[in-house]
Amino acid sequence: MQIRATGGPATAEEMQAVDSVLGQPHSLWEGGERAPSDDHLARGGRETRSQRHLLLPVLHSIQDRVGWVSRGGLEYACRRLSVPPAEAYGVVTFYDRFATDKRPPLAVHVCDDVACKCAGADELCAALESAFGPSGPSGSHSGAAWYRSPCLGLCDQAPAVLMERSGMGHVEGRITHAEPEVVRGVLDGGEWPQAEAVGIPQPRSELRLLRRAGEIDPESFDSYRAAGGYSAFRRALELGPEGVIRELTDAKLLGRGGAAFPTGRKWDAVARTPARPHHLVTNADESEPGTFKDRVLMEGDPFAIVEAMTIAALATGCERGYLYVRTEYPLARHRIENAVGQARAHGFLGDDVAGTGAHFDIEVRRGAGAYEETALFNSIEGKRGEPRNKPPFPVQAGLFGKPTLVNNVETLMNVLEILNGGAAAYAATGTADSTGTRLFCMSGHVRAPGVYEVPMGTTLRALIAMAGGLHEGRELQAVLLGGAAGSFVTEKQLDVPLSFEGTRAIGATLGSGAVIVLDDTADLNQILLRIARFFKHESCGQCVPCRVGTQRQEEILQRVLASRGTNGREGDIALLGEIAQAMRDASICGLGQTAASAIQSAFVQLGVGR
Amino acid sequence: MATTAFVGLPKRMLAASIDGQDVSVPEGATILDACRGMHIDTPTLCYLETLTPVNVCRVCVVEVEGSRVLVPACSRKIEAGMKIHTDSDRVRHSRKLVLEFLASSVDMSLSSPEVHGWMQRYGAAPKRFGPKAATVAQPVKVDNDLYVRDYSRCILCYKCVEACGVDAQNTFALGVAGRGFDAHISTEFTVPLPESACVYCGNCIGVCPTGALMFKSEHDMREAGTWDEEKQTVTETVCPYCGVGCMLELHVQDNSIVKVTSPLDHSVTSGHLCIKGRFGFQFVQKRRGGGGGPG
Repeated sequence: MQIRATGGPATAEEMQAVDSVLGQPHSLWEGGERAPSDDHLARGGRETRSQRHLLLPVLHSIQDRVGWVSRGGLEYACRRLSVPPAEAYGVVTFYDRFATDKRPPLAVHVCDDVACKCAGADELCAALESAFGPSGPSGSHSGAAWYRSPCLGLCDQAPAVLMERSGMGHVEGRITHAEPEVVRGVLDGGEWPQAEAVGIPQPRSELRLLRRAGEIDPESFDSYRAAGGYSAFRRALELGPEGVIRELTDAKLLGRGGAAFPTGRKWDAVARTPARPHHLVTNADESEPGTFKDRVLMEGDPFAIVEAMTIAALATGCERGYLYVRTEYPLARHRIENAVGQARAHGFLGDDVAGTGAHFDIEVRRGAGAYEETALFNSIEGKRGEPRNKPPFPVQAGLFGKPTLVNNVETLMNVLEILNGGAAAYAATGTADSTGTRLFCMSGHVRAPGVYEVPMGTTLRALIAMAGGLHEGRELQAVLLGGAAGSFVTEKQLDVPLSFEGTRAIGATLGSGAVIVLDDTADLNQILLRIARFFKHESCGQCVPCRVGTQRQEEILQRVLASRGTNGREGDIALLGEIAQAMRDASICGLGQTAASAIQSAFVQLGVGR
Repeated sequence: MATTAFVGLPKRMLAASIDGQDVSVPEGATILDACRGMHIDTPTLCYLETLTPVNVCRVCVVEVEGSRVLVPACSRKIEAGMKIHTDSDRVRHSRKLVLEFLASSVDMSLSSPEVHGWMQRYGAAPKRFGPKAATVAQPVKVDNDLYVRDYSRCILCYKCVEACGVDAQNTFALGVAGRGFDAHISTEFTVPLPESACVYCGNCIGVCPTGALMFKSEHDMREAGTWDEEKQTVTETVCPYCGVGCMLELHVQDNSIVKVTSPLDHSVTSGHLCIKGRFGFQFVQKRRGGGGGPG
């Protein structure tokens, strides 16, 4: 394969950014200076191509350093990794995180998603628009630009803003409860405000998965050990791989990522698959609007995730683990990276894990927006984050085509609970079919938003009461349960027990655990349009039902809400139903399959459009 | 002297049922293979025998009992005991919507008559999304003398990317860029073809199902209103340039070669050619002295 570089040379900054990930190039063949031996010896080939999976880390590095990826910069990365430029261009334009046009160094991302809308995000955006022009690089102002953003996972501190300054010392920060003056000040080049530290709003005695978050020093291995860290790991060594998997099966743990697959069965399937090596992937790319529990866990208790991943690896025979963390979570990423480094330094990761002779290590990968599990594999492999068709399932052929165990962060935290207390004790909490506790991300119009941990089966009414209930004098309009891929429930359904089977009985889902409460001040039409826009934006574009379906869904929804349909309102609502069915039946992945779920439930449950 | 002919290991036969009819297929066969064997007409757009299935268009979906969602016939392998329905309400609905989604956003007028037949069969009415439905309409890209790219006809079937990549040419000049409704086929940074890695083998034209990629000769004649397939003859020959023996089909109109193809099922080419076989036909018509013809 010939890599034609026609975009001119990369700048010194871009080359440094690439080399900081890949090391110095040794020859002309890898994009370096011509050495006399280069005329007689070809380098590269398979060895270079096997580094393809470093394409995203390289692109992140350029983006951090320069603020955008130029043609010369991309071509330099392509020569170093032996990736065709057209393919790399497909990758760089796939992910929102990377820009291919010149951007000002300071980027301010303002969340205008559902939960932040409830806290005045529209007013905030309007203020910025009048001061600096519309969202995007064109509305730039003294080396800064602001961008509307989908959910940043800071819904408990809405409205939320993420700031980023590219350059040699790339920095990121967040503004919580963002006031227009504060954001304007940042865009004008002022000091960045200190982010508030948000605690767990619940009494500590009620907590299990969250009990260490906020209590221990999240950057100290010793603090974690002193709080009982690695006791589950010790128990896992006593039980052995089969014993660990049996405990998970007996505890009836179901995956917390949204699909509710039995965790024990998944681990068992990977452990038994003869093909080697096995890979372990932790999905910490939570991007479902209204979801922030994994961020709270990673920021507050990062060592626990490392411990649980180590247990998973030893139980299923994985030698390499990847933790794919959302790029919008810089603090979580920093803490997890620190935790991995300290665990390695203490001998709990590496060539001989805690003296067991087993080899296991973790690589923290910064996401760029690919949270469906098979899309995430492609992303780690350095490709466009397009989901794969299943079968084959990840347990058979996942990351790099090898058997792969994928778990959500919250699921892993439950593994520690099960091993520490035993399967029987764990299963005593919750309902018969949904055991244990569940984390719920309470946001929107409640007095005390935040992550709440309750036994499975707790009613939605009780959960809302725990989060302080509605504001004085307000009435409930609806609750969006399970995030954008979930569904709306009404006042009449508040007594639904929050368990897998309880929500299923009313046609709803726990999904990612997002609970967005909307009172009578919420503009439901705007919220529905935002959800439609979210799916149109998140659609990867691979399969027709989702690529065109999400586009048509938004167009027709706009028509219905404005009551200006060519088919008449009833006809348009019926057409939305038809689109919904095709997306649900024929899309490749869960995103397309659930892209109409919340909007359809608004028509059915809330009578929108009537 | 006797020679040994290895005929392959015997394949296990799997029993399944399609539309209530029992069928037995060799292990590894897809649902589409089985449907074709039973003469059940199954629409496909992104599938081609010579390329790796990408199962993105979803027009071939079928219902498999026990499966929550529909499955793509082109890539799903038959499993023992599978009960498959190819004409259930759900299947008809999804196929209809997929055809409507495409025809409402893309100019499908040059796709094969089969496609128009499927649209009729499933009652696709793309206009019902309204006159303001977004489309991928855009100007034709004419940046070289050999072929044009009209992406308002592109259904994003990925075939050209596959043919340019590991399935045929290994040149990697084309990729899918962008995402969602804005996803599109592109060279790096959308540079014109002469600046890209393109080697003008034209194998992308050979696999394009909608006329988005087209010989410049065909494009110019269509623009001039002189393209007339009724008047065309096809002459089969072997490429004279090298010793590989690629079979060519010369499409001739008014005594001039207007495009060159190779049959998909030809053992040497699998439908693929190189720049010489595909585009190097001008000398045939120049030899006559007067130039003549669009080459």
